[in-house]
Amino acid sequence: MKYLDEFRDGGLARGLAAAIAREVDPARAYRLMEFCGGHTHAIARYGLTGLLPANIQLIHGPGCPVCVLPVGRLQMAIELALRPGVILASYGDMLRVPGAGGDSLLAARARGADVRMVYAVDDALALARRHPQREVVFFAIGFETTTPPTAVAIRRAAAEGLGNFSVFCNHVLTPPAMAAILDAPEGTRLDGIIGPAHVSTVIGTSPYAFVPERHGKPVMVAGFEPLDVLHAVRLLVAQLGAGHATVGNAYTRVVAEHGNRKAQALMDEVFTVREQFEWRGLGTLAHSALRIRECYAAFDAERRFAPAEVAVTEHKGCECPAILRGAKQPQDCRLFGGACTPEHPLGACMVSSEGACAAHYLYGRWRAA
Amino acid sequence: MCLAIPARVVELLPDDAATVDLGGVRRRISLALVDDVAVGDYVIVHVGYALNRLDPAEAERTLALFAEARALAAPPQP
Ligand code: SF4
Repeated sequence: MKYLDEFRDGGLARGLAAAIAREVDPARAYRLMEFCGGHTHAIARYGLTGLLPANIQLIHGPGCPVCVLPVGRLQMAIELALRPGVILASYGDMLRVPGAGGDSLLAARARGADVRMVYAVDDALALARRHPQREVVFFAIGFETTTPPTAVAIRRAAAEGLGNFSVFCNHVLTPPAMAAILDAPEGTRLDGIIGPAHVSTVIGTSPYAFVPERHGKPVMVAGFEPLDVLHAVRLLVAQLGAGHATVGNAYTRVVAEHGNRKAQALMDEVFTVREQFEWRGLGTLAHSALRIRECYAAFDAERRFAPAEVAVTEHKGCECPAILRGAKQPQDCRLFGGACTPEHPLGACMVSSEGACAAHYLYGRWRAA
Repeated sequence: MCLAIPARVVELLPDDAATVDLGGVRRRISLALVDDVAVGDYVIVHVGYALNRLDPAEAERTLALFAEARALAAPPQP
């Protein structure tokens, strides 16, 4: 496919790897965090670690939407799904994520809940139109990439007067998570960050300016194809060699400095920032997630159904929280590949293809740090 | 979840929608997040929505950088 195949070309990858090998300073170590699960997936699938000099270490970050959602929020969704008359719709990955005591949305479906997997939020709107006597709740998760479509759907429901549609909003923000990573002890040891691809498509590159300003570290926005990741690594090596720290863009074919202003305006019209939100692995972070504004309160499932907030604990032994902070690797988990596999995931990091454990399990080409 | 792929717009539809070609597969997507899309443009598609247009000139520029790196790594045989 055009604009995919070229960015996966093996010959070009070797050329970039050779350039990196020439340009690195062999006397130092490079600890670079790939913020997104999309990068983690590309690195594992294409064996990029094996192409890089041994002194460049890639550390996975928290950018996996289903991974960072804490079990408590999933339990609220399960509770909503089990209410009489409710149809709960969500993106595919979310249905298999293990909740408290191994429960999941799929397990709830087996107990009689009406849980539907949708490809797009518009499919949830269509369900609401088709079933006017039912309550359709869209379980919305994801970073700024996935938020604008939810905003469009809520506006649409308002315009149509679709009173049986609502959204259980769990949209989260990337910059506060990046700040939390950099403030944590493991984060202070990072040399630079491979920045988000499609989040940056929406928000642009300027929201990461605090990383060089406050932390003195470079950020390089990169696409999710293997050559994009190598290109970003090369540019980070150049910045670190020159003693620079700026926000750079290695994904110029898609990302503009100011992002997509239309999408930003739609998000801002429909959502506002929550005081705080809990993240798996990062704890409770101030101003790190979105909720639905008053003017669209009628479409807010949290107000309509007031699901009980529950404190739940993760599967004991699952290292997903530490993995999301970049503090541990999948192979540090004693359940990895034994009790926990993509077919029987015990933690969220094994569910989605963006999860570090799933990527590691599927491609198994990681070099131990 | 944040994965998104480039797709070519083949037809504009009413209601801010379009048909795109994803390597031979046709799919209906929403254009509600992008303005002024034309048939033939490449857009980045995520959960059924175009997030942005792809800039072909920038793609060529980046690929030219990659080609340069390869030429340096393996100089053509005389
Ligand atoms: S292998 Fe499974 S149990 Fe272990 S950290 Fe990963 S998701 Fe958690």
